[in-house]
Amino acid sequence: MSEQKLSFRTEVERLEAIVRSLEGENLDLDKALELFQEGVDRLKKARELLAQSELTVQRVLEENDGTLGTEDLDL
Amino acid sequence: MDGGLDLFSEVDENPSDGAWSVSAVTKQARRLIESGFTQVWVRGEVSGFKAYRSGHWYFTLRDADAQVRCVMWRNANRSLPAPPDEGTQVFIEAKPTVWEERGEFRLTVKRLVPTDAGGLWKLRLERARAALERDGLLDPARKRPLPKFPNRIAVVTSPDGAALRDIVSVARRRWPMVELLVVPSLVQGEGAVEGLCAGLTLAERIPAVDLLIIGRGGGSAEDLWAFNSEQVSRALAAASVPTISAVGHETDISLTDLVADVRAPTPSVAAETALPDRGEVVGMTTALAQRLASGLSSHTTLGRERLARTTDRLTGAMSNLVENRKAVLHRLGVQLDALSPLKVLERGYAVARDVSGRVLKQTGDFTPGMDFRLTVSDGEVAARSVTKEPGNNGG
Repeated sequence: MSEQKLSFRTEVERLEAIVRSLEGENLDLDKALELFQEGVDRLKKARELLAQSELTVQRVLEENDGTLGTEDLDL
Repeated sequence: MDGGLDLFSEVDENPSDGAWSVSAVTKQARRLIESGFTQVWVRGEVSGFKAYRSGHWYFTLRDADAQVRCVMWRNANRSLPAPPDEGTQVFIEAKPTVWEERGEFRLTVKRLVPTDAGGLWKLRLERARAALERDGLLDPARKRPLPKFPNRIAVVTSPDGAALRDIVSVARRRWPMVELLVVPSLVQGEGAVEGLCAGLTLAERIPAVDLLIIGRGGGSAEDLWAFNSEQVSRALAAASVPTISAVGHETDISLTDLVADVRAPTPSVAAETALPDRGEVVGMTTALAQRLASGLSSHTTLGRERLARTTDRLTGAMSNLVENRKAVLHRLGVQLDALSPLKVLERGYAVARDVSGRVLKQTGDFTPGMDFRLTVSDGEVAARSVTKEPGNNGG
């Protein structure tokens, strides 16, 4: 079973940290620009994730060899 | 006992003195009693309860004026969650008989139901609760916060149940980015306790799960009983990720509810609690985007101010230099002027450079038709090389 790909939480938590840095810290302009650029990228990814509309529902199975497998569950 | 009966039978068949043997009279009493009653329901208070290692239960049932010995065989009592407490008022369904060895009138109990609805279940629940409490599993300090944006939720429930359908429909509406991994389990009846425990163990093995929901839809107290199991509760308490227990309806509170990090009154509410609302989150990211922009502009404002201050200082320093060292500057300026290549150009020379700025020093640097620039004393001139023998100087 795969690890989760992109995480909304990761993007948003980093974005929040960036915004807090930009709002609070005494940064030089280069650093501020760099953070801003990263923030824009994170925001873009977060919005892409938010646009996803297909819910994944899978049933977890234990295979004969003891490994875990999944199959789609249609509900 | 069998030996005694054999002996009796012999005596019965060969009466010698017309007297009944003890065995004969008790056997006759047993026949009379057993044929005189079918199964009966009896209400009374339990006293002198004793469970034997064999699993059989013995107790006395009594009211204000009488008492009767009762036996409940293992086969009959094992469907009960717990033995009745001393003094419990119960209904029993029983068959009256005589225990010949002791000449004792006795009830063989087939079923036992506390007069207080759900009494035994409650009793067992209380015992399990006390055990969990002793081990600190009900401590509010154990409760973990739920993840804000869960990616992957393990749901231990019946794959065909109403609970799963409700969770799925809420997830579709609120947060379809989530991945629901259903760990199928029986949720009622025989095997439900084992199934739920196995489900919880399996869920632990799924990678990257950040929340676990265990639950089922509504049902009778008996249907929900597996969720009051101490074993299931302990397995849930051991989960490595935050948990939500959602069993039955609003009014049903189970033991798993007490050990879970969050109790949801229904499976739908569990999903609503677990998942953020997409609309709200879109609003939140918009607000973050605005803060991001204003955060940056505060720095550029700051940067402009700092730059302005620095310029002021530089200007000040320069004017000092200018004021105090005018002569030195002038001398230096003259020297610089003399060294400047522009001075050479003033004398009528020009510098040829290709488009990339490389200085062209010899004929080999030129190719026929090549564009280049000439720098003269007061500016630049665009130029092109011309040759009668194209290719001669090429390379």
